[in-house]
Amino acid sequence: MIKSFCNRLQEVAVAQSMAGIRVFWEEKMSNVLKSLLFGTALTAASATVAAADGVELEVTHWWTSGGEALAVSKFAEAWNATGNKWIDGAIAGSGGTARPIIISRILGGDPMAATQLNHGRQAEELIEAGLMLDLTDVAEAGKWADIVNPPALLDSCTLDGKIYCVPVNIHSAQWIWLSHAAYENAGVDLPKDWNEFVASAPALQAAGTLPLAMGQQGWQQNLAFGAITIAVAGTEAWREVTVNKNADVARGPEYTAVFEAVANARELARGSAVQDWNQATNLVITGKAGAQLMGDWAQGEFAVANQVEGQDYSCLPGLGLNQVLDTGGDAFYFPVNDDPKVTAAQKELAALLISPEVQVSFNLAKGSLPVRGDIDMSSANGCMQKGLGILADGGILPSGDQSLSADTQTQIEDLMAQFWSGDMSAADAQESYAQLIEDAD
Amino acid sequence: MTVASDPPEHAPKRPSRLFKNLMAKIASIPMILTALVVFVGGTAWTVVYSFTGSRMLPKTKWVGFDQYERLWGSDRWIISIKNLGIYGSCAMILTLVIGFSLAACLDRKIRFESAFRTIFLYPFALSFVVTGLAWQWILNPEFGLQSVVRGWGWESFVFNPINDPDTVIFGLLIAGLWQGTGLIMCIMLAGLRGIDEDIWKAARVDGIGTVKTYVVVIIPMMRPVFITSLVLIASGIIKLYDLVVAQTGGGPGLSSEVPAKYVIEFMFRAQNLGQGFAASTMMLCSVVIILIPWAYLEFGGRKNG
Repeated sequence: MIKSFCNRLQEVAVAQSMAGIRVFWEEKMSNVLKSLLFGTALTAASATVAAADGVELEVTHWWTSGGEALAVSKFAEAWNATGNKWIDGAIAGSGGTARPIIISRILGGDPMAATQLNHGRQAEELIEAGLMLDLTDVAEAGKWADIVNPPALLDSCTLDGKIYCVPVNIHSAQWIWLSHAAYENAGVDLPKDWNEFVASAPALQAAGTLPLAMGQQGWQQNLAFGAITIAVAGTEAWREVTVNKNADVARGPEYTAVFEAVANARELARGSAVQDWNQATNLVITGKAGAQLMGDWAQGEFAVANQVEGQDYSCLPGLGLNQVLDTGGDAFYFPVNDDPKVTAAQKELAALLISPEVQVSFNLAKGSLPVRGDIDMSSANGCMQKGLGILADGGILPSGDQSLSADTQTQIEDLMAQFWSGDMSAADAQESYAQLIEDAD
Repeated sequence: MTVASDPPEHAPKRPSRLFKNLMAKIASIPMILTALVVFVGGTAWTVVYSFTGSRMLPKTKWVGFDQYERLWGSDRWIISIKNLGIYGSCAMILTLVIGFSLAACLDRKIRFESAFRTIFLYPFALSFVVTGLAWQWILNPEFGLQSVVRGWGWESFVFNPINDPDTVIFGLLIAGLWQGTGLIMCIMLAGLRGIDEDIWKAARVDGIGTVKTYVVVIIPMMRPVFITSLVLIASGIIKLYDLVVAQTGGGPGLSSEVPAKYVIEFMFRAQNLGQGFAASTMMLCSVVIILIPWAYLEFGGRKNG
């Protein structure tokens, strides 16, 4: 009940982001009025103030859950240790809540010194409008091109040959999490891949267990769709559709198999009446559901519930079929600032975030994979080691954020929400999906 | 206004109408500017940019009616419009009926009238977000109304509107009515109190029954009160957003989406301003289509008659 309340509060925060939007328009209007009155554009008072020694930098992000807050404090400690000051600008709620606030502050002329965003196409237009600091010189000095692994991460920070963001971690979505308790209860062996999982579902159902936990939100359903696609259709077809936007492949037999598999998964998830992803994870933790398709951040929930990998739960990257992970994740962007002192400090912070010690301490706390392959992560747990192994073998794909615009992503999420919660046929869903891919920009 | 250009010192005997009540006019300049720049200007700007391919930032890349074609080809928009239609017509009728009935009951000089009035009006003091959350819990089958009734021994009792795509809109409706009828009841009650006592006496002398008096005599006399209520209810319906976000988040699937949510999500989450503007322009159109015939009947008709 309390947990549910907390989760609902997050949704309330969405409504409150409306307040942020209002602030944006008010700021915009007041700027217009000021220009009219004084005939000159006044620079809005910046939140970043240069202190006597060191520089204060305000950093916005949406890492507010327990493990996330711990991880971000590693950044803050490292930055404060350099004699500068980290002003924490955490925004409660998820990225969907925080991003509009962050973007409206940058557009409204009140930029923070640095901000988290998912690297990829989210900041594309801000960069084109000249609102983001060019970090190419820092990147060259730090030889980012050599150390960032996989290199695709740096590519998504690059526009027209210039680098605009620092990738800090990798989060992949292609994981299935299995409950040992549920399988013991049903008296069947743990599946080793997606096909075995589907085959074991009737036994789970016979034991009164929900085979697949699924939060009824578009992004989770889209995530599950993406994971099943890579497992069933393989990476070639996936790449052709998502990266090259080839609608013919999306109409082809590989994707027919995908949509049938998803329609099947939809039946396995019937009766999963939870909304948030962590409520669905909780069904797996308590053994009420056999499995969940969710990104590697689900590990945090298992850790909080004192579950041990290999004893209480297992994870299968790439659903056990295709050992690949996507390279979504978080990156820091630095909005352009007039003060040369602040600009110098922004570049210093950029270099710090990707330094080896900070990468290790941050990613261990966050449960995510580091962006450089040359550091020691031996203290990571089993699931993270599996992920690191796949990264080292080069089994990587660009994430949806890196390939598709927010607009197309939203439309696909809407389609998946409709497909998973209703009775839409696999063929209809495939055709709508192909149409979205055809129209994607 | 015709002498507006004449400086006052040239016509000292006939001061310009422009300078009559000068202070009041100066004082209202900020409001006039706000209305022109923010409401009219902002509306015009939105309509103009709905014909562009603006994504995260407004750009003048003209695309004609492409945004509108995409809008009307989108399942989500069609579902949103249908939901608003169902919610709107039910909310309009039920709020008026329940609001008037409650007001009429209170008007029968019952005991503890002010206590009941306070109880009925209280939900209106809550924000839609709180209402949405509270009703989400009440309607939750695990620990809400359904489990309470089952706990009383009626094991087969099923009442789970918000997890079923076909009935979720009625789950929203219950919450909306709970919040909204209190205010309408108060407005109606004020209207009923404004009816002259002599009307009732005359009706009694003529031997007309109570219900018939209400329907045939009192309601037609309360026309302005009903108009006020209609405007209040209609504006509440068209801006329906926070209740949905708090209570269902648009789910299950897309089954409780509404147009205002479409606008917000495409403007800010999908970073497609053009599409959001096209949707908000359509919302404006729907309001205008309802308002113009009504305004014509209300104001134009009186002038002619």
